[in-house]
Order: sequence, then C-alpha cells, then structure tokens
Amino acid sequence: MKLALAQINTKLGDVEANLEKHLSLIKDARAQDADLILFPELSLTGYTLQDLTPSVSHRPVDDDPIFRPLLEASREIDMVVGFVDEDTRHRFYIANAYLSQGEVVHVHHKVYLPTYGLFDEGRFFAWGDSIRAFDTRFGRVGMLICEDFWHASPPYLLWLDGADILLLTSASPGRGLNNDERLESARWVEHVNRAYANVFTCFVAHSNRVGYEDGLNFWGGATVFDPNGALLARGPYHEEALTIATLDLNQLHRTRVRLPLLRDERTRLVQSELNRILSK
Amino acid sequence: MIELSINTDLARKILTGFIRSELTRVGFSRAVIGLSGGIDSALSCALAAEAIGPGNVLAVRMPYETSSPDSLEHAQLVIDRFGVQSLTVPITEMAAPLIAREPEMPNTRKGNIMARCRMIVLYDQSEAFGGLVVGTSNKTEILLGYSTLYGDSACAINPIGDLYKAQVRQLARAMGVPEAVIAKPPSADLWTGQTDEGELGFTYDEADRLLYLLVDQRYRPQECVEAGFDEAFVRTVVARVRRNQFKRMLPPIAKLSNRTVGYDFLYLRDWGT
Repeated sequence: MKLALAQINTKLGDVEANLEKHLSLIKDARAQDADLILFPELSLTGYTLQDLTPSVSHRPVDDDPIFRPLLEASREIDMVVGFVDEDTRHRFYIANAYLSQGEVVHVHHKVYLPTYGLFDEGRFFAWGDSIRAFDTRFGRVGMLICEDFWHASPPYLLWLDGADILLLTSASPGRGLNNDERLESARWVEHVNRAYANVFTCFVAHSNRVGYEDGLNFWGGATVFDPNGALLARGPYHEEALTIATLDLNQLHRTRVRLPLLRDERTRLVQSELNRILSK
Repeated sequence: MIELSINTDLARKILTGFIRSELTRVGFSRAVIGLSGGIDSALSCALAAEAIGPGNVLAVRMPYETSSPDSLEHAQLVIDRFGVQSLTVPITEMAAPLIAREPEMPNTRKGNIMARCRMIVLYDQSEAFGGLVVGTSNKTEILLGYSTLYGDSACAINPIGDLYKAQVRQLARAMGVPEAVIAKPPSADLWTGQTDEGELGFTYDEADRLLYLLVDQRYRPQECVEAGFDEAFVRTVVARVRRNQFKRMLPPIAKLSNRTVGYDFLYLRDWGT
C-alpha cells in the first residue's frame, strides 16, 4: 500500500482555494501511484477560524459543492480531508472524512478540543462523541485529530476496535524553541506516534499543517511508523511537501507473531478496573 | 534550570518564513525598518533581508541632534553588511520645535517625542516605499514595557518579539550582525550616556533569567525568590510587567452591543489570506 502524506499550507477561510490545492495534490499523489492521501486537520478551511467557523462549514455529501469534486476524485484514490462539519442541529465539529470509491466511508468528529494556552477550540466547536474504527480496502483503520491523540484512550479504543492503521492529522502550532534541532511540539508528537506504533503494533501515519496564521507557525514533519516503531518516511519541517511511504501490510503479521501484545491484551480486566474506578 | 540558548538555524528558518508569509499574503513584498545602530533592529533587518531579499528592505536611520554619532556608524555597518537599501531622515527638524516649547521638559517626554517622530517617518516611508514596518521589540522589553507606546513599539509585524535579549544576541551573532553592534551596551540613545540597563536598574541578563521563570516556566514570584533571585528585584519586575500590560494590547472598547470588536468579533489578521 502506498500512502501519500500531504503537508500543506492553507488559506484561512477560503475553502474554494483550499479545494483547488487538494485536487492538485491528489493528482500528484495519483501520478506517484499512491493509494491513499492524508491531508492535515482542517485542511479545507485553515485552523484558527474563530468567528469564521460557521461560514466555512460543509456537509460531506454528494451534492455539496466542495465534497462533490473530492468524492469524484476518490474513485481514483482514497483520501482523508479535514473540514468543519455542521450537523442538522447546527453544531460545528472539527472533522475528518474518509472518502473512497465515490463514497463517504467514515466521518470522525474531534473528541478532545483543546481550550487552554494558545488554543480556544471549545469556544467555537462542539465535542465529538464517538471513536470508531472502520473498514477500508487496506484493512481496518482509525482516524484521530491532534488533541485526540494527546490522550491515550482514543488510540487504545481504536486498537481494540480493530484498527491496524492509525491515520492521525494535526494543525500543530510550532512552539518550544530550545537548543534542539526540533521544536518541543515536534519532538513530542513524533515521540507518541512512535510509541503508539510500538505498543499497539500497528501503522501510525501523521500529517501536519505547514505555513503561518498570524504569528503561529505550523511545523509539518509528517511521519509514518511501522508496527515495529520503525520510521518509514518523514516529511520536511516547515515546508509544503507530498511525502510518499510504502506500507508492507504483512509487517503486522510478522510483528504480532514476535510480539503478541494485541492477543494478550486483557480487555475484561481493563473494563472491570475502569468500572471500579468510575464507580468510586 | 534556566537554559535560554536556542537553535539559531531553526529560529532563522521560522522567523524568515514568518516575515515572508505575513508580508506576501497581504500583497506586500517589501519591508521598512528603523535602524538605530542597536542589536534589535540589526537583527530584524538581517531577518528581513534574508526573508525577502536585501533590495526589498529599506533601513531608515533617524538621528536626533543629541544622538550619538556611533549609532549612525553602527547602523551603516549593518546596512553594508546585509546590503539593504537605506535612507537617513533626521528628526531634529520635527522634534526640536515641540521640545523647545518647554525648556524644562524632562528626558522621558523628550524621548517619547523622538520615538513617536520616528514612527511617523517609518509609516510615511512604509507608504512611499510600499513596504510594511517590521518591528524591533524583543520579548524582554515587551514584558518590561520598556518602550514608547505608538513610538518604537509601532509596527505591522514583529519577528523578534518572542526572543529574550540574550537570544537576540545569540541569533544576531549567528546571522553575522557586526560585532561592534552586538558588543555595545544597549541604549535607546535618546540622550547622551543613556543605557537601558542604567535606566532599568538591572541587567538584561538578570531580567531574561527571571522573566523566563515567571513567564515561560510559570513560576510564582515566591518560587523565583527560592530559586535564588533577590526579593526586591522580583517585586520590581513583577510590578513592571503588570503595570505595562496596557502597552501590549489595543485600547479596550466599552461594550454596549451584542457584538463588539475585541470581545466577540474574533478574526485573525490573516483572515481570508
């Protein structure tokens, strides 16, 4: 399986312009025989939307002017795009849609909205309330958005729900400049991505924004780790790029023979202890 | 642990990218910088020259009659070193008549008048040259409020405002700012013999280290004292930071309607770009 990680800059609030960029990169990824292209968080809208939120929302349906061309393109290549989803009750979600063969296969609503420090997502968005793996032509997959994977439980739940490939997306503002060659934010994200690949013996792909919004920089640095925690590919920092990684899905078999963490996971024990802790 | 040193390659990449992005996305390709002969404006100038090309940067020297001749020379070293365009606009003719109206005018008021005259020149050159004004305030002086409101703090974008003075020095050295500029004592050069550290009553090194704990590491003042800082110094700095908050924000608007600029009308400057 060939995976394309699109680390792009976006135009803040200009969905049509961002759609054009998506279609152009989809073409590039197709030209390199990619099977799936992963765009970053809020790739169709830009990140710091604030009061722009209600004016950039779209429904992931065939008659939506933004999703129609994307769904059309998904006949050639699977894709994950980031957008603002407005539900029928007019709640707005930070969302990822997995599109394939002209269909919307799955939509994930971000379940953890950082509202502290430089983040203010909870002010503008509704909290998602489900974490589900889903089937694709490459096997069972799970999607999470940025803060979702700063918590250990969402990737854990996806793992138990059958996901062998985690597709993670971010618009991660670069911060924590020190003596290191990477920002602290980059170091931490790569650290946990690798850790999830190791402890869940699965593939973990991450696509992150680049560019600037006012004084915020987004650091890019897309990565793919295999079930051994080996780095398969890494995009450059702070530059737009389309990074291609080839995933040998049989590695799941080999790693899990060596290291049967999934087989031995004691979910009943987790459940009973969680019940005990929550009933306190 | 107080570790202020930074990876200068990474800082350089992020900050030049910032200048390029924030100028070009609003339709500009040029920058205007007030070059004082000091290290902060030298660094902003170096970053801008690298970001958009030296031919697109206009460095403006704005001496007053009491300014040190060294300042002009040091600014010239920076202009020559980075190959930027330059212009010298003395502000004496603007500022002196206003200052002369009051023979007993204290230095602080004179300094504020000079800083605001320079702002007028820079914003005029911004229009004439077709470039945005790039700021030159570092994190230490922004936090301490050591600036003139609507004077030297006025700018369109500020690439160095999250760097403490020591980090400015480190990055300036890495970018090849002339050593004479890096080594001399920081001064607003508003009157003869003025130095920042003389006026503040403490050194930038001390202030950097304390502010790093208070701001970046979120130490409480008492914890800074326990970490070895003099209690009176901690009190002075904490009070300065609080007292000068007004210089770090737009003036508050009295709220009357359901939607008010600044409170619940929230958009980035980069809206739509």
